[in-house]
Amino acid sequence: MGDIEITELRKLTEFIKQEFDYDFKNYAMSSFRRRIQRVLDLYKMDSVDELIRLLAKQEFFFEEFISEVTVNVTEMFRDPTFWRVLREHIIPNILLNHNKISIWHAGCSSGEEIISMMIMLDEMGVADKAKIVATDVDKAIIERAKKATYPLKNMEVNRKNYLRYQGKYTLERYYKESGSEAIINPSLLENVSYRKHDLVQGSVFSKFDLVLCRNVMIYFNQTLQNDVLHKLHESLFKYGYLVIGSKESLIWCDIAHKFIVVNNEEKIYKKIKD
Amino acid sequence: MPKFELSTKYKAIVIGGSAGSFQPITQILAALPKEFPVPLFLCLHRLKHVRHGFVEALSIKSNKDVIEPADKESIRKDKVYLAPANYHMALELGHFISLSTEELINNSRPSIDITFESAAYAYRDKVIGILLSGANKDGAAGMEAIHAKNGMTIVQDPSKSVINAMPNAALARTKVDYILSVEEIIEFLLELDKKYRI
Repeated sequence: MGDIEITELRKLTEFIKQEFDYDFKNYAMSSFRRRIQRVLDLYKMDSVDELIRLLAKQEFFFEEFISEVTVNVTEMFRDPTFWRVLREHIIPNILLNHNKISIWHAGCSSGEEIISMMIMLDEMGVADKAKIVATDVDKAIIERAKKATYPLKNMEVNRKNYLRYQGKYTLERYYKESGSEAIINPSLLENVSYRKHDLVQGSVFSKFDLVLCRNVMIYFNQTLQNDVLHKLHESLFKYGYLVIGSKESLIWCDIAHKFIVVNNEEKIYKKIKD
Repeated sequence: MPKFELSTKYKAIVIGGSAGSFQPITQILAALPKEFPVPLFLCLHRLKHVRHGFVEALSIKSNKDVIEPADKESIRKDKVYLAPANYHMALELGHFISLSTEELINNSRPSIDITFESAAYAYRDKVIGILLSGANKDGAAGMEAIHAKNGMTIVQDPSKSVINAMPNAALARTKVDYILSVEEIIEFLLELDKKYRI
């Protein structure tokens, strides 16, 4: 296997920007390179040039390409300790001053995080106070999130996480098995609205009390992380909360001082300045 | 004739291990001086839900700081970097680390192949890859990538590994420069340290 050179990646990102108006220029280098290698392997292509030719020739291929390049690996109740902090501190804090709570899942992927959120809110008895918006850049993955149907084999990890989260019941309460699939109870997701949104080039569309953007910016370089943080900041009400992945960091962003750390371990921040 | 072919060109030492590697890793860390001149990157298979305790356990006997890096953290040569639970750890051009939540590779996250291959890409022949005891084949492709860039490859002697599948998988896949016991790996690293100090 030959290495994909940086010049080839540049050629590809420029082509995609021009033809499809998606901007991968500031994606983190090594993961982006691995994603492209993955696409080449998957479609048995020998070079980035071949990929560019296929993208130019078959327009419908681009959506498939987006699905393969973006990373869609997640779990329900990923980082159970985070969900406990959310349940015990953050949500009660928001509801102290508000009757309603608006939440944005930025980069919702296949929807496991949304389901975790709705289960948590449901068990807290506050699901009807919540307005949830879930967005992703990948149209196909939004459809999967809406469908809320998962391979049964994934549910083992999810059940373990739920146990560590110390939920009220068992995770089985929220889905039914059908063949090799687990179908999440659709009534759980009634308050969720889904839309396609590109964090990189999209504009700010609303304001929220809580924004979750976990392990999304990890695929961007620092320039882009900084740009996106500006958008997330603008999308928060003053004193709203931002959550990023457990090993992500804001400290090198130029507006880091507009947030305070609420919980460093779980990477929960609060916007304190407009 | 000296036992090892040494050079001061190295910028990164990547170490991979799985089942049976905790003991050798702690021995290695205990033996290295605080001023050891090359940063170490440890990719060890670990329980994904246990985020705490591993760094602390490795730190007990280590003279060097052992840390779990944040995404995009700059590399400092006085540190030992441990891949965090449930994240892949890659080395990037421009001397920093990136993390990712991509698919499991070889059933593992962190995957040794990702750490090793990214190191080979970023540092080319200036990488030393060391693969220790383990029960699967993770790391073999990474060792191949390091060798392809003329980096140095070392495996723990399979006959002296608690579980030899991982060193054997690397030996079957690529040319390995040295097959060493843990004591010899330590000797190698201390010789390297001396070389940098001359």
